[in-house]
Amino acid sequence: MENLIWLLPALPLFGFLLLAFLGSKFNREAIAFIGIGSVSLATIVSLYLAINFISSPPENGFISQTLWQWMQVNNFKVTITFHYDALSLVFVFVITFVGALIHLYSTEFMAHDEYYSRFFAYLNLFVCSMLILVLADNLVLLYLGWEGVGLCSYLLIGFWYKNIKNGIAAQKAFIITRIGDTSLAIGMFLLFKEFGTLTISEISQQAVSHSSSSITLIALLLFGGAVGKSAQLPLQTWLPDAMAGPSPVSALIHAATMVTAGVYLLARMHTIFELSPAAMHVVAAVGAATLLIAATSALAQKDIKRVLAYSTISQLGYMFLALGVGAWWAAIFHFMIHAFFKALLFLGAGTIIEAQHHEHNMFNMGGLKDKLPTVFKTFVIGSAALAALPLISAGFYSKDAIIWYSLTAQNGSPLLWLVAIIGSFITALYTTRMVVLTFYGTSKTSLSYQPGVRMHIPLIILAFLSVFAGFIELPHNFGHVTLFSGFVGKALPTTLLKIEPSESLFQLIAAIVCLVGILLGWKLYSSNREKVIDLESGGLFKFFFNGWYFDNLYKVLFQQPYFFLARINKNDIVDKSNDVIVGISSWLSNQLATSQTGSMRWYVMGIIAGAIMILTLQLVL
Amino acid sequence: MISNLSSDYVFLLAAILFALGAMGVVIRRNILFMLIAVEIMLNSAGLAFIAAGAKWAQADGQIMFLFILSMAAAEVSVGLALIMQIFHQHKTLDVDELEQLRGDRK
Amino acid sequence: MILVLLIVVLITGGILAWLIGYFIPNASKWIALLSCLIPFLITANLWQKLSYEIILGESSSLWLIEINTPWIAQLGINFHLGLDGLSLSMLLLTFFLGTMAILCSWKEITAKQNFFYFNLLWVLSGITGVFLALDLFLFYFFWEVMLIPMYFMISIWGSERRIYSSYKFFLFTQASGLLMLLAIIALYFINAQSSGVYTFDYDQLLISTAKSPYSLLIAIGFFIAFTVKLPLFPFHTWLPDAHSEAPTAGSVILAGLMLKTGAYGLLRFVLPLFKDEAIQISNWAIVLGVISILYGALQAFGQTDLKRLVAYTSVSHMGFIVLGVFSFNELAMQGVVLQMITHGISTAALFILAGMLKERLHTRDINQMGGLWTLAPQMGSIGLVFAMASCGLPALGNFIAEFLILLGAFQTQPIYTMVASLGLVLSAIYSIRMMQKVFFGEYQSTINDFKWREKTIMGLLTIAIVFVGLCPQPIITMLQSTVNSSLKLESKQKLKLESSIKQQIKYIKK
Repeated sequence: MENLIWLLPALPLFGFLLLAFLGSKFNREAIAFIGIGSVSLATIVSLYLAINFISSPPENGFISQTLWQWMQVNNFKVTITFHYDALSLVFVFVITFVGALIHLYSTEFMAHDEYYSRFFAYLNLFVCSMLILVLADNLVLLYLGWEGVGLCSYLLIGFWYKNIKNGIAAQKAFIITRIGDTSLAIGMFLLFKEFGTLTISEISQQAVSHSSSSITLIALLLFGGAVGKSAQLPLQTWLPDAMAGPSPVSALIHAATMVTAGVYLLARMHTIFELSPAAMHVVAAVGAATLLIAATSALAQKDIKRVLAYSTISQLGYMFLALGVGAWWAAIFHFMIHAFFKALLFLGAGTIIEAQHHEHNMFNMGGLKDKLPTVFKTFVIGSAALAALPLISAGFYSKDAIIWYSLTAQNGSPLLWLVAIIGSFITALYTTRMVVLTFYGTSKTSLSYQPGVRMHIPLIILAFLSVFAGFIELPHNFGHVTLFSGFVGKALPTTLLKIEPSESLFQLIAAIVCLVGILLGWKLYSSNREKVIDLESGGLFKFFFNGWYFDNLYKVLFQQPYFFLARINKNDIVDKSNDVIVGISSWLSNQLATSQTGSMRWYVMGIIAGAIMILTLQLVL
Repeated sequence: MISNLSSDYVFLLAAILFALGAMGVVIRRNILFMLIAVEIMLNSAGLAFIAAGAKWAQADGQIMFLFILSMAAAEVSVGLALIMQIFHQHKTLDVDELEQLRGDRK
Repeated sequence: MILVLLIVVLITGGILAWLIGYFIPNASKWIALLSCLIPFLITANLWQKLSYEIILGESSSLWLIEINTPWIAQLGINFHLGLDGLSLSMLLLTFFLGTMAILCSWKEITAKQNFFYFNLLWVLSGITGVFLALDLFLFYFFWEVMLIPMYFMISIWGSERRIYSSYKFFLFTQASGLLMLLAIIALYFINAQSSGVYTFDYDQLLISTAKSPYSLLIAIGFFIAFTVKLPLFPFHTWLPDAHSEAPTAGSVILAGLMLKTGAYGLLRFVLPLFKDEAIQISNWAIVLGVISILYGALQAFGQTDLKRLVAYTSVSHMGFIVLGVFSFNELAMQGVVLQMITHGISTAALFILAGMLKERLHTRDINQMGGLWTLAPQMGSIGLVFAMASCGLPALGNFIAEFLILLGAFQTQPIYTMVASLGLVLSAIYSIRMMQKVFFGEYQSTINDFKWREKTIMGLLTIAIVFVGLCPQPIITMLQSTVNSSLKLESKQKLKLESSIKQQIKYIKK
């Protein structure tokens, strides 16, 4: 079975190449077939590998396959090697499975788009890069996937390139994530300096016996990469703008997979992070701050996709909080559940927008409950998972674990727990706001289009998963199912608890907070819509609406100075130094030219004077 | 034969003639007189050569004078032809009017 | 002999193209193409043959192929050519890009075709000579050979400001060349004073132990000569003018090859001949390199002329080379050579693309472009590939080069390398700005997509850059011995041993 790993990225890559080179020659059916086919085949391969892996686990916990030697200079050796273990398995499964569903959805969503084949080519390339990222055995290969997904994200955000706004959003995403990437790259340089290798397993082996002061620095630099990719504080500003891309793209890249690459990176490099409690504290603090800032921002958005974008940032904040406190498996579990329900919500939002003449503003929606029944039902299920509705939603089980660990795990603290619980309250509030504004009340916009079966199937499957996927991991005070943590635990360290207060009590608090949030939301937003607009016209809401003015801050701090420098120095100030030389030469030339009077007499005088001078010199010397 | 002393006088005469010629070139405004002054300079040099040849009893001095003589003849013919041309084109022989040698200063 | 053949083919090809072009105008380009393809095939064949030898470790000497005959014996000047892994890779690049340059001027050059191809081939022959010469005088000779035809190429076939640019190019390179000549002559006499042998020979000078108080000055002379060509930060101002005004083929050769002769000079002469001095100036060099990286990127971002933009990206990328060379690390050194190759390919592609756009739109101003993807998706895709290459996207060659340089440099110069890494962000900024301005947005002008000739050029360049990005190992292996010898002191001793053996053999023969 190890011979099959290469197929995972190779199949989408093949699809990409086919579409990129011959895309214009195929008709739409063939394009859709290739696009879905390559990813579906990859899904089948991933399921086959997963079943094999679970039924007959390899001895050392992973399978690897080396394709070829990439580069070797002296002791620096990098191969194209795939490393398949429990952690990769989860990611590969989510990427291929959710990816395939989103491809299916896209065939209908993009059905009338001019650039059908380009879209699927990019999507396939994305799936390929993402799979390389999570399967990479060394950091250089991981970086290849990392940059590859960044490129695809850039291309897909700016997919409708004729509108300049999309282009700006795409550039923003690329540049801001690139800042994180650079931090990751520097982290890799430092890792190589310390360990002499960039192969992850070798680093992990050496790290245990390695005591170096630079470990914290390495961890923080790696985390810098994750911050960029996963839109955490302070590089979170690109994600809300990234919603300029088509909705399936937002679902796949900016919710389910790419933005969680940072979570994957930290989980993968957990040995480094475990050695540095300081770095772990930073991770947890950044996660907590992000989740709060993003949640409040989500509360004030008017564009449905921007609500979801901020909620993604916020949920990613939960994952980083979990990683930071040392609840490794909880983060991965939340990643999986989040991938299901957030993809569902984005796809649902995409359908709603598509069905309403591309209306993004929730205040112009309403009353869609009866018009789009299937979308409504699935969307509500997804929202329940996002709000972590107790007991019946998968989101509850994953998020509750994080909240619980943020208090009790190694690096947990009451403050983190408090932030997490407040975040969960705001989450419930904005989720309810979104659902109520979109589906209830009176209809504002007429329906332009009824979604078909290819849009409904992914919604239904994802809704199913958003409910039932949670049951594979139940807290030990009721149910005590540890299928997921037990499985992923093979690849990740176990979560150590420092205190053990009554878990039921805290679950109860979390559940009550969530329910209060939902009820409050219902009460506030299902009333008269004018009142709601009134309520949200305050200064605080404006502050939240603009995402705490991070964009404006960066504009003043970085963008404008850089633009200014580039503009004033367009003609290159250094070039002026040549003008100085040129100036001196031409000045001297002018001085000499004045002696050239044209009068014969002067010249003869000159000759005679010169002759006398030479003769005198001859006599004197 | 002339004595050493007298040859020194000849040198002195040559020098004075040369200086006079040079003065003439510098001071004169008429180009024809400048040419004559140049001739005087040339002949002073010739005189110096002859005197030197006589003093050291070498034939070189006289040979050089022959060279100078023939060159002066050629120079006068070319010079006069040029002066004719200049007069034709500018209707003047005043050098101060003829500042054509000055380059185009930018 | 085969090395002489490479140069001779180009020189005679140039003369033939010139002469025959008078009678049959269209023949000159075919002659040029042919006389560029022949050396390319010869080098490719050599590569294949020699890579086996290298892997098996059969070649005992540093030089895989060598030819050495007296030229001006009275002054100790030899016609000494030598080929090692470094020169071989550079030659392969030279002929590859030379072919591309000829193909891309196929339709662009209509006036005085024959003289154009003459100049082009002579530039190439000069570059070939520079990459092969092992006699410092000969090296200087070829250095000048490559300069003058280039001057003609810019001043005759350039665009509006061609006279200004060609003067500037000529003066900068000539002034720096003068510095090099002085340094070479000084080296010559210093060596002669200590050893009594008047020689310009590289191998001899390499083992010379002559020390003089002026060696730092001499090293700086070489350094400036090469970094003006490279170009490094304060000396870079000739480059944007020359690149933007030159015809496409001229820009391709300038950026793709001529800049590399500067880097080659640093690797071949400055490091091995002036080990200690190089260490002395390394800090300054690195600072300038880092400034180049950032300044070039900033300037590239500010430009509106597409070719000027690409020219400034070259400044930025060449900064990486200086950083790599002066961090004295094997990884970085490998990265430097790879950077020379990949930057050659990617920048050539961008210049060719700019040339094609200019042919179609008659402007280089990116504000007048936009939305070209709609009508020319193939052009857009290729533009995307090479824009990404220039911002160092993995799987494309430039990534390998820049990554190795930074990784290597970090081991010795962590702080500077961290600052230099900012270049990764800035390069992303200018690359995607270029993409946005040229290919995205609403379209303003009609444009035709690639024709078969253009498709061939771009296809080959793309294959090359992807190949280097995914399988750089053959090149790395080929360069191993050169990189080691330009870094390590012990190999110097080995060389000394070798040459003494050689001399003994000579005595025995006598």
